[in-house]
Parts: sequence; structure tokens; C-alpha cells
Amino acid sequence: MLAVKTNKPIILTEEIQNKIREVIEQYPEGKSKSALLPVLHIVQDENAGWLSVEAMDKVAELMKLRPIEVYEVATFYSMYNLKPVGRFLLEVCHTGPCAIRKGEWLIDYLKKKLRINVGETTADGLFTLKTVECLGACGYAPMMQVGEYYYEFLETPEKVDKLLDDFRMKGFNKN
Amino acid sequence: MGKKILLEHINKPGIKSYEIYRQNGGYNSVEKALKELKPADIVEEVKKSGLRGRGGAGFPAGMKWSFIDKKSGNPRYLVCNADESEPGTFKDRYLMEFIPHLLIEGMITSCIALESNLGFIYIRGEYKWIKKILEQAIAEARAAGWLGHNILGTGYSLDLIVHPGAGAYICGEETALLESLEGKRGNPRMKPPFPAVKGLYGNPTVVNNVETIASVPWIINNGGDAYSKIGIGRSTGTKLISACGNINKPGVYEIELGLPVDEFLNSEEYCGGIKDGKMLKAVVAGGSSVPILPAELFYKTKKGEPRLMSYESLSDGGFESGTMLGSGGFIVYDEDQCIVRNTWNFSRFYHHESCGQCSPCREGTGWMEKVLHNLENGHGKMSDIDLLWDIQKKIDGNTICPLGDAAAWPVASAIRHFREEFEWHVEHAQEAQKRNYGLLKSTKEYFSALVV
Repeated sequence: MLAVKTNKPIILTEEIQNKIREVIEQYPEGKSKSALLPVLHIVQDENAGWLSVEAMDKVAELMKLRPIEVYEVATFYSMYNLKPVGRFLLEVCHTGPCAIRKGEWLIDYLKKKLRINVGETTADGLFTLKTVECLGACGYAPMMQVGEYYYEFLETPEKVDKLLDDFRMKGFNKN
Repeated sequence: MGKKILLEHINKPGIKSYEIYRQNGGYNSVEKALKELKPADIVEEVKKSGLRGRGGAGFPAGMKWSFIDKKSGNPRYLVCNADESEPGTFKDRYLMEFIPHLLIEGMITSCIALESNLGFIYIRGEYKWIKKILEQAIAEARAAGWLGHNILGTGYSLDLIVHPGAGAYICGEETALLESLEGKRGNPRMKPPFPAVKGLYGNPTVVNNVETIASVPWIINNGGDAYSKIGIGRSTGTKLISACGNINKPGVYEIELGLPVDEFLNSEEYCGGIKDGKMLKAVVAGGSSVPILPAELFYKTKKGEPRLMSYESLSDGGFESGTMLGSGGFIVYDEDQCIVRNTWNFSRFYHHESCGQCSPCREGTGWMEKVLHNLENGHGKMSDIDLLWDIQKKIDGNTICPLGDAAAWPVASAIRHFREEFEWHVEHAQEAQKRNYGLLKSTKEYFSALVV
């Protein structure tokens, strides 16, 4: 996947920079590169849930790495989003154990309900639909991850609708 | 009720907190390990217990520990593999979420055995809230004096770091995990050298699964001999099984190894039988990588013996008629499920998760996914079935890490046991194209002979 350039510099607050420093300092002396994955998570969370070229360059600068060391890692791991995402990223599991318990239905229902395809974002910028491989919630299928938490047993339209409504409310409140 | 070791206290209110955990005998093993035992004694107890790696491979844990290089004088590390991502497996998550101090206690006791002063818990990135739970537990343990400098005045110091992954199944493979922990792409390393000699940062390292480490406190408190008496034969102790698929009571269960599979699947204490009164078609007993078994071979071995939940019984008959206990990811398929569709789904998973380092896996997993997609959607040819067999054979055993094997086995076993279903998809192309989600009624009748 090609990375996206925004030509907007990334500005991290003092608080976030301190948090990053703390994470780096946990690791043994001279092994600060170990902090790359956690630092990318922090910067992604700060940058509306995705990593632009500028965001990755900022990480390289903070961690004293060559930019390519950051790019090659950011492109390898599926949790790093290399293009903009909606306010709520719906990551729906579509692997076997979920698929045999209405997981496929859940994806189809979300597509219809939000009128988007997998990989797309709604016009209001609220929702992005993404399919992901096994999240370790096989017994509680069908499920999806949104932000920090898992939402499980989403086997009826009512449950899914209620969840989307809750997210919409949260989205409006923030604006 | 079978013996409970890991989940003995799981239902006590507040067991997540340090105080309640401590009141129930928590951290006793650390005290014993530091004050009464030498590191070599701890390793010896774990060896005696017969505890086998709970991540999937089932390698004896004590033996793995004894390989660690203590002579070089380089720093040694214990890394806990909490990258649980084998489809069907969600047991480590349960332990970490609901009784986090058990893992922390196990980490400390195990680090004492390995004479290590730094331990890591590599947790999959998606378990964001569990990472916080573990960090909280570590902070509590540190405040109570179980971590940090000069623990219990013995001069021993230890720190633990919780390190998040970022969504890569391959990082559950121990050398890929170490690469990832060093801030790199998760490409597995060639072995040898094994991590016990050259692991994290080139230093001696032991990588153990969450459940393995969480079993250590009980072994130290009660002795390796006591542990080895639980279970059956070389399958000692208890195992967490995460049960999912078309059953009445999906969830995480602790079983004493040797429990009959029939009892596990059908009794009210465990899975509670097949959902909606349907028939059993097939079972994947140890995570998506292990061979799928049709109902009759699941219940009974080829020799006609009832199958048990143990390393040996499940693998009885080899891959011809057996499977593996694996990680304990127990996936149940009812009569409505389509094996071709499930095999395609798993192939897509392995294609997505292949790191791309070895050609047979990088190219083979994608090829299998495409061929299976064609078959599943009514665009397949009879020769595709033999082609799939040929591809999986060329991946199996020809890659640096076991992901290639893991991608090959589900395809091989599906063709071995359900070849007619693949043929049906070729012969009834139009019907295969129409089918949605589950199997068509007409297909069900066709396959009723296979269902128990």
C-alpha cells in the first residue's frame, strides 16, 4: 500500500512527547528501536487514527531512526492505517469461527446499512468499514473492534443498529 | 467437576485486584522460589511436572528452560507470548483479562528460574484494554514489593515490560515475535541458533505462552510430582480450551487432560452440545492450523477407541486419521457448514498473514486461496482438487517457520476427509454460485451420510 503525503507537519503536544519518551526509556540501553511499535500506536492515535508520511517521518525523527526503518514496519502490520479513516473504524472479523456464526451476515448488513463497501468511509466521515482476520473473540461471534474495545454477539439487526446509533451520538457530541 | 488449576479462583469476586489475589495465596510461589529454592530446583520441578508448551507445539517447558545459555554471562530474557491469534483461540485473553496477577506471578517465578532480570509480555495489539489491565497489575505488584530492586530483600531485581504488537499473526512464531520486539518486521529467523542461545538482542531468551507461564505458580507451590499426577500419560495437568463454532455454550473451559471428547462437546458442564439440535459435521480441535476431522473420526480413533482431549489421543493415527491438540482452539461445525467455504476462508487468512519471506508460502498461500475461491463460487475444475493437493504438499515443510505447514494442513485434511464435497462444487457449479452463507438444502441431503 502506498503511503499518503499531506504536506502538513505533525505537531505533538508536550504531554504526548513525554509519553513517547517514557515508552522509549523502558527498553534496555541502546535498544530504543524496540519502542517503534508502541510509538507508532501513540502517534496514530494522535493523528486521527492513521499514519501519513509526515507522521512516520516524525516518528523517525523522535526515535533517531532512518525513515525507511519506520516505513517498512508501518507497512507490515495491519493495525497501522496508511490512509485516512473515519471517526469510528469498524473492524469486523471475517475469519472462519466468526464466519460460521453470522460473521458474513454482519459484514453484509453493515455494508447495506452504511451504504459503503469494505475499505470505504461514509460521506459524513463517521464510519470506515474494514474486515480483519481473527481478533481472538471466536466464542463471542459475530464481533467487531471499534477503537479500544470489542463489541461481541452482534447477531441481530437491532443490536447492530443500537451500536451504530450510540457511535453517532458520540460523534455529534464531540463536534 | 475436573481439577481446576488456572481457573481455581476465577469466580471469586475481585480476583482481578492484587489484594484479593494475594488473600487467595497469590505470590506464594515467588516467596518460595526466592527463599527456599535455587533456580535449578525450579527448573527441575517444572521438568518433573511434565508441563508442555500451551501455545500449540506442546514442547516440554522444563526442557526448553534448561536449554537457556547461562554460561555466556549475557543478560537473559523471558518473553511471554501473548500474541494469541490462531483462529479459534481466545484462552490467553480470558486469563489475562480476568486473573491478570496469575500471569504476573508466573512471570516473576519463571524469571527467577531463568535468572533473568527483565521480562517482556508481548501482547497482540488489538487487546488494548488488556494491556492496560496487565500494566495495572504490574504496578500493583511493584507497589507490593514483588517487582523492582531487591525483591523481598534477597538482592534479586526484576522488571516487566508489556509490549504491544500491531496485528500480525506471524508474530506468534517465537523468532518473528523477537524481531517484532526489536522494532522490526515480523520475519521469522532461521533456526539454529535457537532463542535459548541467541534470542532477543542476540542474548539467551526463553519464549513461553501465557498459559504455560500461568501454570508455573501451582507447580512451584505444590510440586512437579503433584502436577504430573493430573492428566493422562505424557499429557499432564490441565489445559484451557476455547470452544467456539456451532455449540450451545461457547467459552473458555479448563479441562483435565484426558477428558473424553464426547463429554467435552456434549455435556452441560462444557460445550453443551451442538446448537439448535443440529448434527455434528466436523471439528477443528486445536486452532485453524490443525487438520479438520469429520465427526466419526473425531469421536473415535481409526482403531475404534474413544478419543480423549490429550496430546496423544487427538494425534492418534497421524494426519491420516488424527489431528492435534494445538493451542486448544476448538471449532465445531454443524451439518449446515460448507467445508469448501471454510477451507477457502482459512486459506485467505494464511495468505493475508504470510510474511512473504519464503516463496513456497508467499506464492502458495495466495494460489490456494484463488483456487479455493473458484471452487467455492462454482468456477472450479475437477483438476483443481489435485492441484490444491500438489500446492499444499510443496509448501509443507519447505519454509523457515511453521506458518507454511499451518496453511497446508487445513487444505490437505479437508481434501482427505471431504473430497466429495469439493467434487460436488465442480459438478454443481450453478448451485454452488447461488449458495449463500451456509450449505444448500440439496447439498445437505447429499452429505447427510457424512454427518454423525
